[in-house]
Amino acid sequence: MNSFRLAAICSHRATSILLSLLILVLPFPARAVLGDTAASVLSDQARMKGTLRSVDNRTYVMHEITSPSGSAVREFVSPQGAVFGVAWEGQFAPDLQQLLGPYYRQAQLAAASQQDASKQPRPRRAPIAIETPGLVVYETGHPRSFHGQAYIPQLVPSGVQASDIR
Amino acid sequence: MRRLGILLVVGSLMLMVACGSSSGGGNASTITSVTVTCSPSTITYGQTSQCSTLVSGTGNFSSAVTWTASAGSISTSGLFTAPSAGNVSLLVTVTATSTQDTSKSGTSTITVNPVQTTGNVQPIIVDSGPAPQSFATVNEGFVTVTVCVPNSTTCQTIDHVLLDTGSSGLRLLSSAGGGEFNLSLPNQVDSSGNPLLECEVFLDGFTWGNVALADITFTVAGEKASSAPVQVVIPSSGSPAVPSSCSTQTTGPNEGNSLSAFGANGILGVGLFQQDCGLACTAANGTVPPQYYDCSSGCKPVYTTLAQQVTNPVFLFAIDNNGVLVQVPAVPDGGSQNPAGSLIFGIGTQSNNGLESANVYVVPDSGNNAGNFITAFNGTSYPQSFIDSGSNGIFFLDSNTTGIPLCAKPNNSWYCPTTSPDNLSATNQGQTLQGPAGSPIPVNFSIEDATTLFSDNGGNNTAFSTLGGPQPGAFDWGLAFFFGRNVYTAIENQSTPGGLGPYFAY
Repeated sequence: MNSFRLAAICSHRATSILLSLLILVLPFPARAVLGDTAASVLSDQARMKGTLRSVDNRTYVMHEITSPSGSAVREFVSPQGAVFGVAWEGQFAPDLQQLLGPYYRQAQLAAASQQDASKQPRPRRAPIAIETPGLVVYETGHPRSFHGQAYIPQLVPSGVQASDIR
Repeated sequence: MRRLGILLVVGSLMLMVACGSSSGGGNASTITSVTVTCSPSTITYGQTSQCSTLVSGTGNFSSAVTWTASAGSISTSGLFTAPSAGNVSLLVTVTATSTQDTSKSGTSTITVNPVQTTGNVQPIIVDSGPAPQSFATVNEGFVTVTVCVPNSTTCQTIDHVLLDTGSSGLRLLSSAGGGEFNLSLPNQVDSSGNPLLECEVFLDGFTWGNVALADITFTVAGEKASSAPVQVVIPSSGSPAVPSSCSTQTTGPNEGNSLSAFGANGILGVGLFQQDCGLACTAANGTVPPQYYDCSSGCKPVYTTLAQQVTNPVFLFAIDNNGVLVQVPAVPDGGSQNPAGSLIFGIGTQSNNGLESANVYVVPDSGNNAGNFITAFNGTSYPQSFIDSGSNGIFFLDSNTTGIPLCAKPNNSWYCPTTSPDNLSATNQGQTLQGPAGSPIPVNFSIEDATTLFSDNGGNNTAFSTLGGPQPGAFDWGLAFFFGRNVYTAIENQSTPGGLGPYFAY
C-alpha cells in the first residue's frame, strides 16, 4: 500500500515535470482532452487565450485555465497522466466537443436516450445529469452562468471524490 | 360606559355645529376616549378620505378635536387629502386630539396607493402547452404575446409563450420549426449592416436564428415594448446552418427543431438582465464569444452593441420597467389542473405590485455566479443557486446528498421520496461579487413521489408545487417554488423600492 502510494506520487511528480517541459517545448500540441493525456491542457490554454495555473493536490494535478473574462476550465490529471475529469464555469459554456473529446458524442447520445418514448413529463430547461458507467456529466445554471463537470469514473484516482472535480 | 349617557358626536362637521364653543362648561366634565374612523380607508395619491371622531366623556364635556396627519394634509373638519403623487404604497396615520384634554387622542390608518395608470397584469395559464407534444407538459406557465411589425398594425398574437424569469428577451419559434410565428419582421442588423443572428444556449439545448425587430404588446396588461430585438428561432434544417461553435456549447439539441423540442410557441425572458448577453458580447469584452453571428460570408461571431442584443421587453416599457411579479396560486399537495395566475409588470410602481413583506435576495450582475444566490441545505452552502420560472421543478443536489431516491424508470429524472410528502427546509441568502449579502432566511418546501403525482387525477394535473429532481451542487427553484408565493425578479440597474436590481424577492 505504502509503496504503491509512493509510486503514484513519484509518477505524478514525473507528470508535472513532463507537463512543464511540454509547456516549454510544444507550441501547438495536438488537440485532445477528457480521457487524453495532460498535453491537451496546453491546446485548451492556447485556444482559450487564458492564463494557466496548476495545483498539485498529491492525488492529482489540477490545471486551471482562466480566460480574460473570468470564465474557467479546470482539467484534472491523474498520476498516470490521464485527464480524468474536467470542470467549467462562466457566462458561456466552453466548447464541450473540444473539452470532452470523444466523450462529447457519448454525452449527446446519453442525453438523447434519456428522452425515451414515454409520455411521462420530463425536466425542461433544467440541469443536465448524465450518469453512465463510463461517463458522468453534470451541468447547472442558466444563460449568463454555466457550471459543469465531467469525469470518467474508471480513470478517477482512488481517494478523489467526484465533488473534487469542480 | 354607554349607559352613563355620554355624548356621542359622529362626524366632525356635526361636532363643530352642534357643540361649537359650548364646551367651557362645568369643572366636573372629563374626556374618556377619542376614537377615529376614516372612510374610505384605502385611497390613491391625490384622493380624499373623510375622518370622523367619537368622543366619550362625562359631564358637559367638549367634543372638539384637532386633526393631524403623518403625511398629506387634513382640514379642521377631518377631510384628509393624500399627497398628490407617489409610486409606493404609503400608510398614513391620522390623529384626532381632544382640545379639552390633549392627553386624549385617537388614531386611524389610511393606506395610500400609487395611482394605477394602466393595467399591468397579463394572465398566466399553467396548462398542458401547445399541441402536439410528444410528452406531457407540467409546471410551465404560459402567457399570450402580440408581436407587430414596428410602428404598424401588422401583428400576430402568439399563445403559449413560456414565462421564463431565468432568461432575458423574447424568442419565437418560427412556423418552420413548428411554432405559430410567421410574421415577416425587419432584421436587426449588426455593425456592418448585415443581418444579425444569434445562438442562445440553455442548459439542455440551444436556440438559433435571426434577430428581428418587433413591437411587443401585452394586450391585457396594456404594456408595450417598441422596436424590441427578438430572436426568431429556426430549425437545423433552416438557413443559415447552425455554426458548430454554437451547438458545441451544450450536449443538448437544437430546441428549435420542433414544437415538442421547444415545448412552447416562444420563450418570454423577463429575467434579471436588460439584455440576454450584455457587456460580454460587446467590444469591451476583448474576445468575441459565440453568441451573436454575422452570416453574410460564412457564420462568424461578431461583437454587438447592447442596443443590438435581444432585450428584456420589460426593460423597454415606458413604465413598470424595473421587473416583474409572478403570482401563481397555491396548489394542494398532489397537484392541480390548469391553474391561472398573473404576470404583473413593475415592482412597487402601482398598487398591485408592492414588495409588501417580501425579502430581497441580491445577486451579482456579472462574474461566474451572475444571477445566483446562496442556498444552504444540511449545513452546506451552494452559491450557484437561483430562481427560474422556466424550469419545471425544484432541482437540487443529488440522491447521495439528500437521501431522496430517484423514481423508477421512466421517471428517473425525478425524485420519489420514500416518505411522501418529504418536508424539507433550506435557507436562501443573497450574494454579491464579494460574498454573502444579507441574512440566510429559512425556506420550507416539500417533495412528493413524482410517479404518483403524474398518475393522480387521471394524469391530468399540470401544476405541482412538490415536484423535484436532482441537480448536483446547486438549487434551481423552478416554477414549483412559485405556487402560493409572490416572486419578484428585479432587472439590473433598475430602481425599485427594494433597491437596485438585479435581485430576486419573495
